Amino acid sequence: MREITLSKAVNEAIAEEMRRDPTIFLLGEDVAEAGTPFKVLSGLVEEFGRERIIDTPISEPGFMGIAVGAAMTGSRPIVDLMFGDFIFLVMDQLCNQAAKAHYMSGGKLKVPLVLRTNLGATRRSAAQHSQSLHALVAHIPGLKIALPSSAYEAKGLMKTAIRDDNPVVIFEDKLMYNDKAPVPEEEYLIPFGVANILRKGSDITLIATSSMVQVAQKAAEILAAEGISAEVIDPRTIVPLDEETILSSVRKTGRAIVIDEGHQSYGITGEIASRINEKAFYYLDAPVQRIGAMDVPVPFSPVLEDLTVPTPQIVAERARLSVKGELFDAA
Amino acid sequence: MSSAQKLNSEDYLRIYRQMFRIRTFEDNANQLYLSAKMPGLTHMYSGQEAVAVGICEALEDSDKITSTHRGHGHCVAKGAEFKAMFCELLGKADGYCRGKGGSMHIADQAHGNLGANAIVGGSAGIATGAALSAKRLGTKDVTVCFFGDGALGQGLLYEVMNMAALWKLPVIYACENNLYGEYTKVEEMAAGALTARAAAFGIETHVVDGQDVLAVNQLARELVARARRGEGPFFIQLDTYRYHGHHVGDINREYYRSKAEETLWKTERDPITNFGSWLTVEKIATEDELKAIDRSVRAEAEAAVAYALAAPYPDAAEVRMHVYAENAA
Repeated sequence: MREITLSKAVNEAIAEEMRRDPTIFLLGEDVAEAGTPFKVLSGLVEEFGRERIIDTPISEPGFMGIAVGAAMTGSRPIVDLMFGDFIFLVMDQLCNQAAKAHYMSGGKLKVPLVLRTNLGATRRSAAQHSQSLHALVAHIPGLKIALPSSAYEAKGLMKTAIRDDNPVVIFEDKLMYNDKAPVPEEEYLIPFGVANILRKGSDITLIATSSMVQVAQKAAEILAAEGISAEVIDPRTIVPLDEETILSSVRKTGRAIVIDEGHQSYGITGEIASRINEKAFYYLDAPVQRIGAMDVPVPFSPVLEDLTVPTPQIVAERARLSVKGELFDAA
Repeated sequence: MSSAQKLNSEDYLRIYRQMFRIRTFEDNANQLYLSAKMPGLTHMYSGQEAVAVGICEALEDSDKITSTHRGHGHCVAKGAEFKAMFCELLGKADGYCRGKGGSMHIADQAHGNLGANAIVGGSAGIATGAALSAKRLGTKDVTVCFFGDGALGQGLLYEVMNMAALWKLPVIYACENNLYGEYTKVEEMAAGALTARAAAFGIETHVVDGQDVLAVNQLARELVARARRGEGPFFIQLDTYRYHGHHVGDINREYYRSKAEETLWKTERDPITNFGSWLTVEKIATEDELKAIDRSVRAEAEAAVAYALAAPYPDAAEVRMHVYAENAA
């Protein structure tokens, strides 16, 4: 099978959907000729023109709000938010307007839009261009949240997001844009709410999202060399969450670590760990562990920044402690 | 009253009736609140009827509006009926939003009302997006974005007016200047001329007496027609007055505006009284005919309130419904 980058996969997904459905358009900052700073959208304006690939002023709340109104009235907009950190700017339009319109109208209004943005630290971009803020929006009912972990995932999840009749936020890992993975030429979609078991194992379950899937995979390899069998699960979407796949795995392994690049406190790791505790407690042989990003603003200095994100070594060490039944200091 | 053009007596009487329907709806809503039959709170549109009716009478059914927390008037003027409106205010299952939106979120998308909005200025993006949608999809629909003078403090409005002007969108920004943003005078909160804000983006602006329904309607018809031809966007400042407080519980308000001021607007500038007088002077209707309209509207409201009070609440199972739209297979 051919291999393409995550960037190309996103580009293909959007282009294929735009060819299929003329009501789709894309808007955001520097999306047309510039093709975004990451060049993810290069070539789209040449095919679809400036009427459908729309460069906006630097007005995130404004173009987010415009997308909400367009989505209510027969269009299917894709909003390009250059950095995930800018999500704070669009919160009212996303969370008070888009997320609630269907419910508040008793099901009459629909807001089929996609907000594509990114997450991920270690790009030496400091505290306002490095955050992983998906937990913020996962907290708001009415939004769906997809976290692709490879080029294959990015294409399939993007196509599903575009066809969904609800507001969907997709966070791409900005450090993975040039990572290649096998992606079929023929069309495929990845349904929401269906987790992917990347590696079968029997001793411990590693539940990892987005950028942390690779980290978990590497940790599983380290552990395998030591005779510890780790199962790796990528939930793919955290809203909706495929709870059953996670719970079945934990019922089998009796141990779990949840790894996510959002800040650890009040985050995705806590939510998933809590659900495991509530629904699989009597199958557990060790406390469920959380590994998130350090609870500090992302520092600029590479030496400091690298300390803030989970690594395969950290995950492997925590897994060893769990399997040995040793208590650990998780503070 | 301004001179009328191209309206016939049927149009005039419909305009009168629609204004009186809004006033009557609000009188009943206020009573429901005061008698503790209505949950929550609400914001009365009374006094501003000529704005909603003057503009909405210039729109087609498929044209869109976005509304505000003071949105009952827009909803009535865009074609909503009383029963589903009162049911919504009372949180009943037969409400326009199945009781899930209430007064501040009432929406009637079948008549192009994309919804009231409890965030001041919050619908400016939605209105502009609806206009972008119409332009892209070629529907010829025009969108009117209603907002109060208070929304002039919100940055979102300036962002979307800029884009509407850049992209020549068929949207009309209708600023209802009722002189107060919540409990504060507009001149304490808005520096400079209100219209200068839109003018800075090269948007054509107009100021109109928002108590003169024919002046509002004439201007609206001109601008709607031009917006439909691709000459938008436009900005209208409509000078008007809200008779009640910021919300129904805002009773003692002399610390921010005087009784004398309220009395002046109510006795000398009332849009319904003045339009009614004009109709009789112009011999379009007799006083008796107007009173007959009033009686029938009151009866309509009375029946709708009775219906809504007796109507069932939503089933508990509905609490989890409509969080997400079901995707078509």
